[in-house]
Amino acid sequence: MKEPPAKKKRQKSTNGRPQEVSEQANRWNLRLYVAGQTPRSVTAFRNLKEICEEYLKGQYHIEVIDLMENPTLARGDQILAVPTLVRKLPQPIRKIIGDLSNTERVLVGLDIQPR
Amino acid sequence: MSRQNRRNFRPLKGLQKERTGIPGFDEITRGGLPVGRPTLVCGSAGAGKTLFAIEFLVRGATLFNEPGIFVSFEESDVELATNVASLGFDLNELIAEKKLVLDYVFIERSEIEETGEYDLEALFLRLGHAIDSIGAKRVVLDTLEALFAALPNEAIVRAELRRLFRWLKDKGVTAVVTGERGDGKLTRYGLEEYVADCVILLDHRVQNQISTRRMRIVKYRGTSHGTNEYPFFIDDKGFSVLPITSLGLLHKAPTEHISTGIERLDNMLDGRGFYRGSSILVSGTAGTGKSTIAAHFVASACQRGERAIFFAFEESQEQIIRNMRSIGIDLEKFVKKGLLEFHNARPSAWGLEVHLALVHKAIDEFKPAVVVIDPITNFLAVGDRLETKSMLTRLIDFLKSRQITGMFTSLTSADSEIEDSEVDVSSLMDGWLLVRTIESNGERNRGLYILKARGIAHSNQVREFVLTSHGIELIDAYIGADGVVMGSARSNQVAREKAAEAERRHASERKQRELRRKQEFYEAQLQALKNQYETERDAILVELEEEQKRLKEAADQRLEIARLRKADPSGMKIDENGARKARKGAAR
Repeated sequence: MKEPPAKKKRQKSTNGRPQEVSEQANRWNLRLYVAGQTPRSVTAFRNLKEICEEYLKGQYHIEVIDLMENPTLARGDQILAVPTLVRKLPQPIRKIIGDLSNTERVLVGLDIQPR
Repeated sequence: MSRQNRRNFRPLKGLQKERTGIPGFDEITRGGLPVGRPTLVCGSAGAGKTLFAIEFLVRGATLFNEPGIFVSFEESDVELATNVASLGFDLNELIAEKKLVLDYVFIERSEIEETGEYDLEALFLRLGHAIDSIGAKRVVLDTLEALFAALPNEAIVRAELRRLFRWLKDKGVTAVVTGERGDGKLTRYGLEEYVADCVILLDHRVQNQISTRRMRIVKYRGTSHGTNEYPFFIDDKGFSVLPITSLGLLHKAPTEHISTGIERLDNMLDGRGFYRGSSILVSGTAGTGKSTIAAHFVASACQRGERAIFFAFEESQEQIIRNMRSIGIDLEKFVKKGLLEFHNARPSAWGLEVHLALVHKAIDEFKPAVVVIDPITNFLAVGDRLETKSMLTRLIDFLKSRQITGMFTSLTSADSEIEDSEVDVSSLMDGWLLVRTIESNGERNRGLYILKARGIAHSNQVREFVLTSHGIELIDAYIGADGVVMGSARSNQVAREKAAEAERRHASERKQRELRRKQEFYEAQLQALKNQYETERDAILVELEEEQKRLKEAADQRLEIARLRKADPSGMKIDENGARKARKGAAR
């Protein structure tokens, strides 16, 4: 969880590029907001990782933001609930709150599966 | 156990309150909002909840140096800053000074998918961070109910709200939480369940197409508070609550007198005018000059350097100034000097309470010595008789408590009893001037009476009241054989009297002249007679002398003759001397 700042920088530079993203790893830019290492946030991260590995292998990038450490970041993405998963890319932004235990709904929320 | 004890002991200190700085609100709550506890402010849309909340923060930051956090769930920070800028609150400046943080929490339900367990810790963290960043003492959550709309799981929201309020208390911040009014409940989602300490209800009512805002403290645990519905209003300076109740009869009674601005009227009032701090009713039918009396009163106050407010409910400021200038009263110069303020409004612009409130506010700000309300009868258009009387009672009490002299004009309708003051307030008044038109000989003339002047030996006579180019003049009404005569009849009467007097004067002069002539005549005659008498007397005296001479000569002659004839002395009795001489001679 010490990585996010560096990744964030890279993500910013990719954001500046045109829509056609050549790097596969950045097609799915996901951000998981948590508040501390609670069982719930650990569950959420595990669930997310599993879903991504299964459906978005090689095309995703997960950034985990701990609001306990960086409370100011909650403002930018309008985070109220934790855990919250934010799909930064592809556009439009989507938010999924909860521990992501319902895979079906996560897939719907990420628009991987049609509604 | 010890913690338990401490908690039990805390209330013994009494509830600590924190002043909001909102004018009037701290009075009705006897000190403000409970320190370190959340307060619920509820009301329907447009009741002024957000404004109350933001003013709570702005006043806290500016007056009491208590930084605050505004968490908005409805309006963005830019919108909010723009909205309250019109009230003179510069949020951006406060933000720059680190006295205020605006946090716009935007949640769009359509963007949100929910899966599994979650909590609102992120909101707590956001809020906690904001509080710590500026050391906030005050927090506003406007309006928390948006959470119910945004988050599908109501059970979680409720659990988290409960946690939030506990958390706010633990943080020791004084919080204001707003909530939309629901059907039959104070708030739509029952926020009052969580906020147990203080609940304030804002209400915006429209009656007879006139809106009145009211506030009520539904609940304030652990303290006494005003329980009435208090009117409040929102103007360019923000929120004001008006705890205007009857103040009772405890006001002081000044002995100083105050001129009415009309010399003859002052003369009628024991030569000194009314008492300062008294309330004076000027009633009369339309066009009798009530406003003019009021203008005189105001002008004389300003002339003395006192401040005055003219509340006009019929005319605009310009119109009053123009009209009064035509009778030689220049009010404009006092306005320019800052001694006189006009407050012009149609009665129907607001409800009674708001009018009262505005009068209050204006007086509080301007601190006048003299106030004119012209006319009070127009309030009947807004409220009924009872309401109007109650409002005026409170107004009079208020003025008296400030020792402000008030003049109230009252329009009486032409067909009602003239002494019948429309609003039934005459009993509240200390002084009552009645201006009455008296119609006779095809003209209307104005008569002024003093019906009442408490504590002043006032004249009971009617005075004719004339508007001239230099103001009001009071003229002694002529009381003739046919009663009081006024107007042209009076001037006719005066002229007739003048003529008669002149006639009498002429007659008397004529008589005096005649007397003088007679005197001269008789004196002249007297002189002539005297002269004549003297002439005649002289003539007679001369004759007498000559006669005497002749007699003597004759006697002498006879003696001579006798002597010559040597006559017997007894025969000589012509003259005693001669005879005696003769007898002596003979005896010898």
